[in-house]
Amino acid sequence: MSTDTLPRPELFGVIASFEGPESLLEAATRARTAGYSRLDSFSPFPVHGMSKALGLRRSRLPWMVLGGGLVGAGLALTGMLFINVVEYPIVVGGKPHGAIEPLLPITFEVCVLFAAVTAVLGMFFLNGLPRLHHPLFSQVNFGRTTDDSFFLTIEARDPRFEPAETVFFLETLGGKSVRLVEA
Amino acid sequence: MNQPIVEPLLDGQQDRHSRVLEDQNYHRLTEQICGIVERPIPRWWPAAFLTSLAIASSALFAAAYLISTGVGVWGENQPVGWAFDITNFVFWVGIGHAGTLISAILFLLRQKWRTSINRFAEAMTLFAVACAGVYPLIHVGRVWMAWFLAPVPNANAIWPNFRSPLLWDVFAVSTYATVSLLFWYVGMIPDLASLRDRAVTRPRQVIYGILALGWRGSGRHWHHYEIAYLLLAGLATPLVVSVHTIVSFDFATSVIPGWHTTIFPPYFVAGAIFSGFAMVLTLMIPARELFGLKDLVTDRHLDKMAKVLLATSLMVGYAYGVELFTAWYSVNLYERFAFQNRLFGPLAWGYAIMVLCNVAFPQLLWLQRVRGSVWALFVISILVNVGMWFERFVIIVGSLERDYLPSSWGRFIPTWVDLLQMVGVFGLFFTLMLLFLRFLPMVALSEVKAILPRQSHFQVGHVVNEGEQVASRGMEVLES
Repeated sequence: MSTDTLPRPELFGVIASFEGPESLLEAATRARTAGYSRLDSFSPFPVHGMSKALGLRRSRLPWMVLGGGLVGAGLALTGMLFINVVEYPIVVGGKPHGAIEPLLPITFEVCVLFAAVTAVLGMFFLNGLPRLHHPLFSQVNFGRTTDDSFFLTIEARDPRFEPAETVFFLETLGGKSVRLVEA
Repeated sequence: MNQPIVEPLLDGQQDRHSRVLEDQNYHRLTEQICGIVERPIPRWWPAAFLTSLAIASSALFAAAYLISTGVGVWGENQPVGWAFDITNFVFWVGIGHAGTLISAILFLLRQKWRTSINRFAEAMTLFAVACAGVYPLIHVGRVWMAWFLAPVPNANAIWPNFRSPLLWDVFAVSTYATVSLLFWYVGMIPDLASLRDRAVTRPRQVIYGILALGWRGSGRHWHHYEIAYLLLAGLATPLVVSVHTIVSFDFATSVIPGWHTTIFPPYFVAGAIFSGFAMVLTLMIPARELFGLKDLVTDRHLDKMAKVLLATSLMVGYAYGVELFTAWYSVNLYERFAFQNRLFGPLAWGYAIMVLCNVAFPQLLWLQRVRGSVWALFVISILVNVGMWFERFVIIVGSLERDYLPSSWGRFIPTWVDLLQMVGVFGLFFTLMLLFLRFLPMVALSEVKAILPRQSHFQVGHVVNEGEQVASRGMEVLES
């Protein structure tokens, strides 16, 4: 059997390692200037300025959280009003059935609860987590990204991606152990 | 190893460039913190764990006895219907508040020194709230009807009263528990990924792998993550204030002299932070010794926490003074009597302990020598814990024992079940704390790495910088 019949492995992209946050940031900026768009950086902690270097738009998360909070507050308030006025009207302390003042503490708490849950689930959703497997996890040393290593990847779906050329490009940026990653 | 890592950044005045440390620092830090979880169990741990577990099991026994026999086994009866149960409930909820203060409020105030203690304090919050939660569940008497607290019509098609502070409390504490858990977990995801990537045994790889949710430190992920963390901090800050405010409403909205005061919400919030900081110190001082974390949790950290303790002690002392003044100034017979009774009545000894422990002893913290002494801090922090327990006891039991009509006065004497339950819940707290120290990263690695001195010339930051940007943008809008 000749090697030609073997399917050519699909590529995920190219990975290069950098010394520290400064060189990683610089490499990302230069890769973006060179026209690459499907970039990603990997670091043990958030590197300031990286969002801009990767060309990311402002996160939509705050709007999602605002929405979550308003839904929570609205549900709590209308729910309690419905119960107090329609479902189970009962006079407590001579106050009107529809008084909203005593309902505010619970409205606030439910608002915070919904907003916080939205913040967490929304972050997972935007980040595509949980995702227990990823092509990069099979890379030797990639695990050190959560320890002390800094990596930059350019993905194969980038329109400017050309395996040999991209590898060479990352090497010129000062990337160490530049390698192709199989999908 | 004992060279301080974080110290140069404790306050901005120091020359940050003077201490440029090499790359290995990241790795050294990972080794130090993950090592605690990965090394064989230290010899003291099983003994400490089994002791705590044995004590915790007495809480289980006391609760089982209570539930199978009836609330009569506790010492409370008319007129003292709330005693050890609510005292301990408020005590534990209060302790939790320091954790949220450290993790959320100090975060928004850009106090970077918090990064080496916030994970620990958040864990303490979570376990304290769990301990607090034991009491409302069992004190209802017939626990199988505890679901009457939920916002659903009960067996008689009757809805709970949404206008009652007791129901507000259910919402406040359960929201607080949930949000604290989320905040703690989200903060821990990058560090769980560190543990996953270092794991050598299969069970560790699987368990930490699942808990880390596939986190890989991607720049695109950090982008949303930082915003999520900032938003959670912003949400937790008003939440923590609301929780103890609502707890104080349980008392303030009643008509019992000594409870019915408007100062309660701020008084309770200050007291909660005070007691919580004391508990952080009580736990952190031995933990940093046992795990060799003195380069991360430095003497300067202890000094700062001691200052917060002193400040909150003064607030609490002020509240005690105002309470007395208002009682005198009100010219209200019952209000005046309530405080006369508190100072000179049958529980005067409790009031004396409270004032000594909460106001008198903490004044020693004015002295640099006392703040610099680990032992002095440890002793004072324990005294504050005791004092704050007595504060709640004196307010709750003291006020109920003697309200309006002398013919309806009574005394409260705790029974052995009360005492066993209380001791047992402390056991539960320490059991959970020991499990946390053993199996989870006790210092927020990714946060500490981000403020390591090496990066300072290059301006690396956590969300703090994001917050700065948002703030400066806001200022621009205001000025234009």
